[in-house]
Amino acid sequence: METFDYNLKLIIPEMFLFVWALVVIVFDISSKRRNSDSVGYLTMAGLAITAVLLYNFHGGISFNNMFSSDILALFFKVIFLGSAFMAVGSSFGLASDKIKNHRGEYYGLILFSTVGMMFLSSSNELISLYVGLELTTIPLFVLAAFYKDKKTSVEAGMKYLIVGAFSSAVLLYGLSLLYGFTGTTDLTMIKINLSLLFLSAGKIGPGLILAIVMIIAGISFKLALVPFHMWAPDVYQGAPTPITAFLSVGSKAAGVVAFARIFVHGLIAFVDPVMKPLDWGIIVAVMAAAAMVVGNITALRQHNIKRMLAYSSIAQVGYLMIGMVAVSELGIASVGFYMFMYLFANMGAFAVATIFEDKTGSSSISSYKGLSKSAPALSACMAIFLLSLTGIPPLGGFAAKYIVFAAGIQAGYYWLVILGLLTSVVALYYYANVIKTMYFSDGNSDLKINIHPAARLVLVIGVIGVIIFGIYPEPILNFAMESAALFALP
Amino acid sequence: MFGVEVSQLFFYLLSFIIIVSAIYVVSLRNIFHCALFLVLCLFSVAGIYILLEAEFLAAVQVLIYVGAVSILMIFAIMLTSRLANKKIMQSNDNVTVAIFVCAGFLLTSLGSFGYTVWKVVDSPLPENNTLTIGKLLMTDYVLPFEVVSIVLLAAMIGAIVLARREKI
Repeated sequence: METFDYNLKLIIPEMFLFVWALVVIVFDISSKRRNSDSVGYLTMAGLAITAVLLYNFHGGISFNNMFSSDILALFFKVIFLGSAFMAVGSSFGLASDKIKNHRGEYYGLILFSTVGMMFLSSSNELISLYVGLELTTIPLFVLAAFYKDKKTSVEAGMKYLIVGAFSSAVLLYGLSLLYGFTGTTDLTMIKINLSLLFLSAGKIGPGLILAIVMIIAGISFKLALVPFHMWAPDVYQGAPTPITAFLSVGSKAAGVVAFARIFVHGLIAFVDPVMKPLDWGIIVAVMAAAAMVVGNITALRQHNIKRMLAYSSIAQVGYLMIGMVAVSELGIASVGFYMFMYLFANMGAFAVATIFEDKTGSSSISSYKGLSKSAPALSACMAIFLLSLTGIPPLGGFAAKYIVFAAGIQAGYYWLVILGLLTSVVALYYYANVIKTMYFSDGNSDLKINIHPAARLVLVIGVIGVIIFGIYPEPILNFAMESAALFALP
Repeated sequence: MFGVEVSQLFFYLLSFIIIVSAIYVVSLRNIFHCALFLVLCLFSVAGIYILLEAEFLAAVQVLIYVGAVSILMIFAIMLTSRLANKKIMQSNDNVTVAIFVCAGFLLTSLGSFGYTVWKVVDSPLPENNTLTIGKLLMTDYVLPFEVVSIVLLAAMIGAIVLARREKI
C-alpha cells in the first residue's frame, strides 16, 4: 500500500475562503437582502482573514505533490486576494443599486473564483491545474452577465462563455497530448520524462510542438494575448466594471501562474541548447510583441474608458511576457513584480471608472471633462494610476517595466525590449489623453461625487501601493525573487 | 475481448457513424434532428471507449452525455416552442474560412502525429480498471475531485442567478 500525505493544514486558507463564500450567500439570503453594505464588508473581512491564514499556513507539499504551497503560489495568492478585495471594495455602489436581488451571489461568486485561482496557483500537476482554471473562469462567466437586463452585459457573458469553453477545450487537448507523451500529469515528472524520451529516441517529433502550441493558445485566450484577444474589449466593456477589473488582474494573474507552472517548470527543458529546436520561447516572444503593438495602437482610438483600459491591459500582458520568455530567475521575478504593480494601478483605475459610472452612468472618456474641478481627489487618483500604467517614474509601473526590460536584455531579447520602449511612448499618448480631459477641458463642475468609504479604502490602497512600492520596491522585489528561486533557473 | 480483426472492424464502423452523425449535427436544419444525431454520435464514442477497454469511461459517457446532457437538450428544444419545428440556418458567411481552418488543423495534427515518437506502455492494462480509477480518485486525485464539486456548486449558483425571473 502506498503512503499518502494529506497535509490538510496547507489548504486551510482555500477551505476557509470556500466556506466563507457560502457564509456570505447564506447571510445575504437570511438578512432578506436588506443590508446593502454589510454583505460587502463581510466579503472583504473574509478575504482579509484568508490573507492572515495564508501567512500562517504555507510552505510544503500536500496531496501527493498535487498541492504545492510554495513561495510562488503564496506570492500570486496575495495578488488574487488583493484584486478580489479591491474589486469587492469598489462594488458597493452597484450593490446598493443595480444588483439588489443578488448581492450575496455576486460576492460569493467572486470568492469562488478567487478560491479557484488559489488552487490553480498551487497546483503542480495538470489535472488539478485544469480544475483550478475551470473554477476560476466559470463564476466569471456568470459575473460578466450579471446585469441581466442589459444587452451588453449579457453579450459579454455569452462571448466570454463561448471563448472560455473553446479555449478550455484547446488547452485540454494540448494537456492530454502532453500526458500522452510523458505518461504522467505531474509537472516535475513531465520534465524528467520528456528529457528521457528525447535522449533515448533522439527526437520527439512535431506532435509535441502541436501540444505546446495548443497549450500556448489555450492559456493565451485566458490572458487575452494577441492574436487571441478579440473577445477582451467586448467582454470588458459589457461586464460590470468591478468584474472587468477583476478579470483584467485576477484572472490574468491566474493565467500567468498557469503559464509559469507549465512552461517554465514542466517544459523548461526546451529552452536548453540540446532541445532548442522545440523552443516555445520564440512563439511567446512574437505574441508578446504583437500584443504590445496591437494593444497600444488600438487603445489610441478608443472613446470608452473601459475599452481603452481593455486594450491597455492587452498591451500590459505583452510587457509582462517579456519577463516570462527571458526564462531566468530575474525574468520570473519581474513577471511577479509587474503583476503586483499592475494590481494596484489597474484595480485603482477601474475603481475610479466604477465610481464615476455609478454616479453619471457613463463610461465614455469625453464625460470625464472637467472632473478635476468637481472631484479633485478622484481625478488625482486616476492620474496617478494612469501614470503608473504608463511607467512614469517614480511610480510602481516604472519600476515594474524597468525590471521586465532588464530581464529581457539579460536574456538577449533586444528587439523585444526596444519594441516595448517604443510602444510605451505610444501608450503615454492615450493615458495622458484621459488626464488632459480631466484637467484641461471644461465640463460641468457642479457634479457631486460621494465616494463610498469602501471605495475610498480601495483608492487609498491603490495610491499607496503605486507610490510606496514605486519608490521603495525592495520588499516586493525580494519576495518575487524568492518566489522565482523555486524554479532553480540561471 | 474480441479478436484483433473484429475489434478493428468495429472501430472503423463506429468511427464512420461518429463522423457522419457529427456532420449531420452541424448541418441539418431541424434542430431536433441535430440533437438526435448528437445522441447517436456520443453513443458511438462510448463504443470506442469500450474497444479501448476503458469500461468506466464508456459508462460515464453513456450516463452523462447520452443520458443527462442530450436528454436535457432535447427537453429544452421541445419546451421552447420557438425552436421546436423551425428551420434554422447552421452556417454563416464564414463557412469557407472555417472549412479551411478545420482542414488545415486536421492535416497538421494528422501529419505531426505520424512523425511522433510515442511513449508505449508494455505492461497489460489492469484487470479491473474501474476499481483502480475509483481508488485513485479517492487517494491520489482526491483534491481535484473535491474541487470539481466546488466548480459544480459555483455553476449551479450561477445558473440559478441567471435563469431566475426577477421580481419588479
